[in-house]
Amino acid sequence: MLYREVGQYKTSYAADMAVFPILQDRIGVAIILLAAFVVIPLVGNEFLLNAVMIPFLIFSLAAIGLNLLTGYTGLLSLGTAAFMGVGAYACLKLTTIFPHVNIIVWILASGFFSAAIGALFGLPSLRIKGFYLAVATLAAQFFLEWCFIRIPWLYNYSVSGAIEVPLRTLVGVPVTGPTATPVTRYLVVLSIVVAMTWVASNLVHGRIGRMWMAVRDMDLAAELIGIRLLRAKLLAFAVSSFYCGVAGAMMVFLWYGGAEADVFAVDQSFLVLFMVIIGGVGTLIGSFFGAALIYILPIALRAIPEAFGLPLHPATVEQLTFVIVGALIIVFLVLEPAGLARLWQIGKQKLRVWPFPY
Amino acid sequence: MDIFYKIFIDPFVQMGAAPDLLVQTLWDGLVGGVLYALIALGFVLIFKASGVFNFAQGIMVVFAALTLVGLHEHGVPAFVALGLTVIVMFLLAVGVERLVLRPLVNQSDIILFMATFGITYFLIGFGQLVFGGNPKVMIARELFLPSGAIEFRGLGGFVSLQKIDIAAVIIGSGMVAVLAVFFQRTRIGRALRAVADSHQAALSVGISLEQIWVIVWFAAGIVALATGIMWGARSEVSFALQIIALKALPVLILGGLTSIPGAIVGGLIIGIGEKLGEFYWGPLLGGGIESWLAYVIALGFLVFRPQGLFGEKIIERI
Repeated sequence: MLYREVGQYKTSYAADMAVFPILQDRIGVAIILLAAFVVIPLVGNEFLLNAVMIPFLIFSLAAIGLNLLTGYTGLLSLGTAAFMGVGAYACLKLTTIFPHVNIIVWILASGFFSAAIGALFGLPSLRIKGFYLAVATLAAQFFLEWCFIRIPWLYNYSVSGAIEVPLRTLVGVPVTGPTATPVTRYLVVLSIVVAMTWVASNLVHGRIGRMWMAVRDMDLAAELIGIRLLRAKLLAFAVSSFYCGVAGAMMVFLWYGGAEADVFAVDQSFLVLFMVIIGGVGTLIGSFFGAALIYILPIALRAIPEAFGLPLHPATVEQLTFVIVGALIIVFLVLEPAGLARLWQIGKQKLRVWPFPY
Repeated sequence: MDIFYKIFIDPFVQMGAAPDLLVQTLWDGLVGGVLYALIALGFVLIFKASGVFNFAQGIMVVFAALTLVGLHEHGVPAFVALGLTVIVMFLLAVGVERLVLRPLVNQSDIILFMATFGITYFLIGFGQLVFGGNPKVMIARELFLPSGAIEFRGLGGFVSLQKIDIAAVIIGSGMVAVLAVFFQRTRIGRALRAVADSHQAALSVGISLEQIWVIVWFAAGIVALATGIMWGARSEVSFALQIIALKALPVLILGGLTSIPGAIVGGLIIGIGEKLGEFYWGPLLGGGIESWLAYVIALGFLVFRPQGLFGEKIIERI
């Protein structure tokens, strides 16, 4: 009864093409943003912010990045973590060389380095497709991972071989480094993720997004109607890597506060790919759902035995988590191969006609 | 010019100067290549028959080896344990077909690929839960696999061949030969090839897809078991093997996803290429290039032959 568009007339083309055409949707988005920007920082404790919300948002951004490439352009990539790594290391180098420039500028700028590397490794995509391309992107993954370990210049010759995040402030408030509070870091991450999601939404609803989707649906046909394949595919690689790079920079600078090369290992790439597919290939909201499920589910699973006071060994819980996550992935795929975003759609549709069956 | 000398001339001078080292490196590469080829073979079997890019092949290798060793640890005699492991792999094949493939029939490739990720996660957790996460020693002696080394003098030095490596090469080649005969000569093999060519046509002449899928997953399980025994006997049985199994992917795309000879030739090229590269060109780059060289070799090949060396020509129509 509440969720119904009766009486909401669209009087212009722009209104018809709006991302949120229904008033209730707009209200819903406003409430979510309000909760995210105001309520959570006020009531959230350090655990909620540091271990749940910040990583959730960062993974969502990485998943959006991969979704632009895999979901919208149809190019399967297994090199996400490496592109995230490029962002993190670029950000470290930039802020070391120019320490007085605002760190947020560098976090965003590091995305461009990632984009350049991504476009470079995207070059073979014109010739190879599907799983062949996926394996080609593994070349990027392993090569870049090797660079992160073997080139000491990248991590400023630190003895441990790890990134050590320096203290950087924004109008006097520490944003990165050991003294930055979780609330500040959360707000910075949230702002960047919201802004970049907005940009991504505009991209995929506009000319570029349609171009990508045409390439995804059939690249030969897309070429025949005048889309330049090389440009479209490289642009997808670049934009996707840009998003992943920013996510990687945020991951190290605003979440871990220091990281070794192995956080950008191939497992991380697979994890982001899980998020995209479980969430829904080719949907932005699915990236958020996927990140929530894949990232928060293991946390919840670990908390359950504790809540019931079961004396389980931590290693056993870890193994059980693997079993359950693996089984859930299969169950979700069997129940709804189009992902959580599709379930969300179905739910909204049901709500629209409720209380009638159709 | 120094750098060109180091890249293009120096390694070959070294090869000529110490032929025993060259032969040793080639042999190491050959053995590694055979094992990559075996893992790749498992992939190809499943990809040909069901179009599923089976990411779980690596973990199946680990799981099979772990089951074998784990059963033996519980006091089961070695060959009985081997038989039981074969039964476990069969049950796994049936389970995968019933619970994963059948409900997901007709879904897009990426969904099926993802489902094999789910299987991978499940098997990692399940294997650790049942057999523990610690590396185990393969029961090579109990299975009458040879140990020790044969040393050849000559070539201005000596070359040492591990007996287990020789056994690996022989068993690997034997396995490939058996599979080739199975595919070419038997009724089931013919049905498998029919399914690989066209699912619908195969269905229409009365071949049961479900049965075929169980058979290929079982065959892939047996290949995984053999690979696990061999690899486990060379080092140890641990979950780290699963990452090494990713190396089978460049082997696959090099050889072509649908070609059994391709898997073998690809395995040998990658195995030998990466050992030679690591040994002669690795020091130039600071070592450790083995981790990515295979992928770069495969990528280089792909740019010129997108379907791999032996893959079917990709024909696209609008």
